[in-house]
Formats: sequence, C-alpha cells, structure tokens
Amino acid sequence: MTGDAHHLLPTATPVSLIGPDGHPVADPAHSLPAPGDLRRALAALITARRLNDQAYALVRQGRLAVYPSSHGQEACQVASAQVLADGDWLFPTYRDTVAVVGRGVDPVEALTLLKGDWHCGWDPYEHRVAPHATPLATQLPHAVGVAHAARMRGEPTVVMALCGDGGTSEGDFHEALNFAAVLRAPVVFLIQNNEYAISVPLARQTAAPSLAYKGIGYGIPSERVDGNDVAALLSVLGSAVARARAGEGPQLVEAHTYRMQAHTNADDATRYRTADEVEAWVMRDPLTRLSTFLDLPADDMTAMNDEAERVAAHLRDGLNRDVEPDAAQLFAHVYAAPTAQLREQEALIADELLRDGAAR
Amino acid sequence: MMHEKLTMAQALNRALRDSMTEDESVVVFGEDVGPLGGVFRVTDGLSAQFGERCFDTPLAESGIVGVAVGMAMNGMRPVVEMQFDAFAYPAFEQIVSHVAKMRNRTRGKVALPMTIRIPYAGGIGGVEHHCDSSEAYYAHTPGLHVVAPSTPGDAYALLRESIASPDPVVFLEPKKLYWAKDEVALGAVSPSIGKAVIRRPGTDATLIAYGPSVPVALEAAEVADREGRSLQVVDLRSIVPFDDETVCAAVRSTGRAVVVAEASGFASVSSEIVARVTERCFHSLAAPIRRVTGFDIPYPPPKLEHLHLPGVDRVLDAVDDLQWEDS
Repeated sequence: MTGDAHHLLPTATPVSLIGPDGHPVADPAHSLPAPGDLRRALAALITARRLNDQAYALVRQGRLAVYPSSHGQEACQVASAQVLADGDWLFPTYRDTVAVVGRGVDPVEALTLLKGDWHCGWDPYEHRVAPHATPLATQLPHAVGVAHAARMRGEPTVVMALCGDGGTSEGDFHEALNFAAVLRAPVVFLIQNNEYAISVPLARQTAAPSLAYKGIGYGIPSERVDGNDVAALLSVLGSAVARARAGEGPQLVEAHTYRMQAHTNADDATRYRTADEVEAWVMRDPLTRLSTFLDLPADDMTAMNDEAERVAAHLRDGLNRDVEPDAAQLFAHVYAAPTAQLREQEALIADELLRDGAAR
Repeated sequence: MMHEKLTMAQALNRALRDSMTEDESVVVFGEDVGPLGGVFRVTDGLSAQFGERCFDTPLAESGIVGVAVGMAMNGMRPVVEMQFDAFAYPAFEQIVSHVAKMRNRTRGKVALPMTIRIPYAGGIGGVEHHCDSSEAYYAHTPGLHVVAPSTPGDAYALLRESIASPDPVVFLEPKKLYWAKDEVALGAVSPSIGKAVIRRPGTDATLIAYGPSVPVALEAAEVADREGRSLQVVDLRSIVPFDDETVCAAVRSTGRAVVVAEASGFASVSSEIVARVTERCFHSLAAPIRRVTGFDIPYPPPKLEHLHLPGVDRVLDAVDDLQWEDS
C-alpha cells in the first residue's frame, strides 16, 4: 500500500472545455477534441435530442408504455458511445437508450422493452451492447466480467459501464468497482450524476464531496467532468478508455448533468424540484453550447437536422407497426431446450389459442 | 472407463479438473478457492495446475456471481463457489434477475453457461447460517437448473454435465456427504440432469428423496426390509428439470409414497413433489402421500439439529401411516 493516493482523487471542479456560453475554456491538462470529432458529436447530439423528444411523444400516443428520457443528458449519451471502438462493450441503464443507439443499435430495437413486445430487442453481440438494466447497478459486475474475460484472452476490449447517481448507493456498484480494481479489468465506469434518483436529491444519496470520490477507496483513478460539455466528455472519457486499454485498470468518471424531464412520463417532477432550478440548467444545454462553439454553416445544420428527422421517422414507423405476439416465444428461451413441463404448458396455450380462433 | 474410489469432495475436484483440462474456457473462482483449495477442499490444487483460471476473489457474493455473468456472456464457462448456502443470499438478486433470465430476455441470443456451486444443507454440526436448505428459492425461479447429487459418482457426472451445459446450473453439494466414499466412473459421462434414478428397488412403498436425504431413505429402506416391508427409493438428482416420468412410474408401481427432505416443508420442493404426483397418479394411490421434512423453523443450533433433521425412525413412522389396514 502506498501512502500517497492523491493522484486517484478528482479535480476540485469538473473538467470543462466549452463553457455554457459556447466559448472555449482554457485547461492545461486537457485539449479540445479534433474538429471532425466535435462535428460528429454535434450531429449525434441533434439526433439524440430528436430521439428523446420523439420517444416522449410516442408515450403520449400510447405506442410506448413509458420512457425514461435522457433529455439534457445527451452529451453523456453521445460521448460514451463515441469514444468506444467496435470491439468494445457498452453496459447501459434504462435511461441510456440514446447511447445504445449511438453504438449502432436500431432505435426501434432499442425501444422494444418499452414498447412491450419483448425485453431486450437487440442482439447484444451485434454491436456489443448489453441489455438495458433496470435493477440498479446490477449490470456493473457483468461489465467487469466481460472485461476480465477479454483480458484473460489478451483482447484489447474496453467496457463502458454506465450508472446514475442513485445507482452508486447500491451494493453492486461497490462490488463492481472493487472487483474491477483487484482484477485490473479494463472498465470505464461513467456515473451520470443528474442530481435526482427519481425524486431523491443527491444530498440524500451521499455525503461524499463528490461521487468521483468513490473511486479512491478502491484504488481507482477518478475524474469529474461537466456532463453537458461534450468536448470535455470526449476528452476525459477518451483518455480513460485509452488508459484502461493500455492495462492501467479501471477508471471512474463522474459527469455532472441534469435530467431536464421527469423520471418518466409517469412521474411528476414539480413535486420535488422548482421551475427556477430547471430553468438554470436550460442555460447549460449541451446542444446549444456545442452548436454555438462550432458555428457551422446553415447548410450543415440543415443536413444534421434532416438526418435527425429521418431517424425519428424511422422510430415512429417502427413503433406504429404492431407485431403479432407469438405465444411460442414465451417458452422457447427459458432454457436451451424446453423442459417437458414447459412443453406441456406451451401446448396448453396453443390449444387455448386454437379454440379462441375457432370460436371467432 | 476408469473407476476410482473417491469421496464426494474428491469426485467434485476431479470433475473440475477434468472439465478445465478438456475446455480452456472453464474458469473457477470464489472465496478461498485458490491456494487454500476452498474451505471444503473441493478446488484443491486447481490454482497450482491452471494458474489464473482458478482464482480467489474479494469477499462479495453478488460480485462473484455478477462477474461470472459477464464472463459467461463473453465466451467463458465460469464455475463459482458460494462458500456456504446462507452466504449465497447476497447473490440472490444476480441469480434471479440475471443468471436465470438472460437467455429469455435476449430471446436466446445470450446464453449463460455457468455453474454456481453451493455447499448446502445441515447435519454437520454447523452454526447458524451454515446449514440452510435453500433449494426452493432456486427451484422456484424459471431459467435455472437445480441439481443435488447424493453419491460421489453422481457428483462427478452431474458437475461435468453442469459445466458443459448451455444453461446456468445451481449445483447443491450436501455438506454432510462430502466425505462419503464410493466408486466413481471417471471420464465421459452420460446425461443425468433431469433424470431421477431408482436407488433401491422395492414393491410396498416409494421413498422420494434428493441430496442429503437419500442416504436416510436408503437406511430406512434397509431397516424396513428387515421388518418385512419392501421400500423403493427414488433419488431425484435433478430438482429442475423435474423427472415426472420416473417419479410417477415409481409411485404407480407401489401405490404409496413418502417424500423425505431436509428443507422446511411449507411451500417447498417436497410440497411440489406431492402436488405433482397427486395430480398425475391420484388413482394409483392407496394412501395420501406423506412428507418427512425439516420443521418450519430457522435451522436449529448444532445441539438441536438432530431433532429437526428427518431421521430413519421418522421416515419409518410415516411409512407406517400409509393406511395399510384399509387396503
């Protein structure tokens, strides 16, 4: 054990490279991402915002059961996907649908869970994206396991594991950090601190100076970053991924952001936070800030908006299409081969459906 | 086929060793499973032979099972050890929400070929939290296979098969049988998950047992035989999948049955067995099926456990109660 662990602690203030007003912030330790990377991020941010708003509208139209929106957190969503290589893995929470889409998953498949057709709608191996995790922080030990297996085989895989501020109180968060550190597993843990776990504010979740302080107890280097500054996120997360890939073990990043909408459409955020508080975060919007900074020609912006509209239309079309429920699916995937008991139960339903059909 | 006389702990050790030798993706981890060889020595020598493929972990059961889920997702076949039955409970959420459901959630895209070994049940004078019969929790969760060997030979065969299985298996090792010795057939194994076996033929009544209760049933049958009553003994081996066919055929052949299990009887595997057999074999039954189980109490302290555990006398009393006079 070394006495000096200060290098594991985050900076006193979150890393920021582009301020809320769209002007660059000088930071000797971090440099701005390349212009091409920022353009790519802006296009992704515009699509991300459009997807969030489209999904929210689809709930009101009854096409989605519920939608936990990442409106306001799009910079975290975009950056966490953009810094990964094809061979890397992403472990999302239920609020990270936009990051899932950022990895290449079809938005319609990404929302299968909330549409109610099945649980996970995509093939996790196709884009190396784990299923949405709804039990908080339970996906984090899985991320460590995927990373450790890759490391044992000498593969250069890095795993990006997402969780929220509330999730850091769960036991699995701590067990995952500890296992990752002991195994030196190449995992980047990204905490999107959006200030609320449904209604419970951060002060009720932790007494630590910042959530990034959770790393030091496990020997994990930790950083804080402005979670609405995609440039800072690309820089900080990009370096964290590079360090993990280079064999330096797990990394922890806390992104300070804000959930602009309620927990889901079923929640009423006015019961626990003020309009003034929300308004203050409008001024720190991740999209406005990057578009002000880049100040792209109108044609480029039109092209990006058109692409976002195309993706939103694809989502609308997909979710408006009804899929005939298939009873056989209920029994097909419980085990590699159904047990005798499941075959009996499947036959029972098949018979019921047959009689229903005959009666009609 | 090679045969060796081994204890159950040694047979399990051989199964792990043979599986690791045969398949490089098999990894073993848990608390104290490295140089110490596990508190019951089931992993003895594996870390010396296989290096980082058998490793000690931090002391955190949810983390152990959760990491195994990730490794199984990524091409490995993890075999994890929960040190004791009641110490597996921190991992319960991982087992129920992820281990059991991953294949189903992903419509078969992600399989979790992993084995969770749990030294379980009582009869060893263990203090509290070391003797739970926790099989019902796992058996009640669709997506898991749940097995419990009663002989060194089955321990070897079932563990080899569990490790090779595409499905997650909760592997319950009866602690009090770790030191029981028997001939073990080593090498290739024939499928036994989902297949009950007749341990002893008999014509008057059927004793249905699994894991630690099988030797009790066998001893009861031995005593009954001397008293002129022929008891058949069925060893489930596999709780899930459940072998309705073998169990029901056995009960039909005698018309009477007693289920013997250490776990508390209320809402248990033993109640499930009675329900299943009654639903299927009602007209073959000459008497209601009786159960001899642990009481509905927290596992007792060592000096009282003998009162709680199903013993030969209690089994024979239950057999006597099978309404022989009426028939």
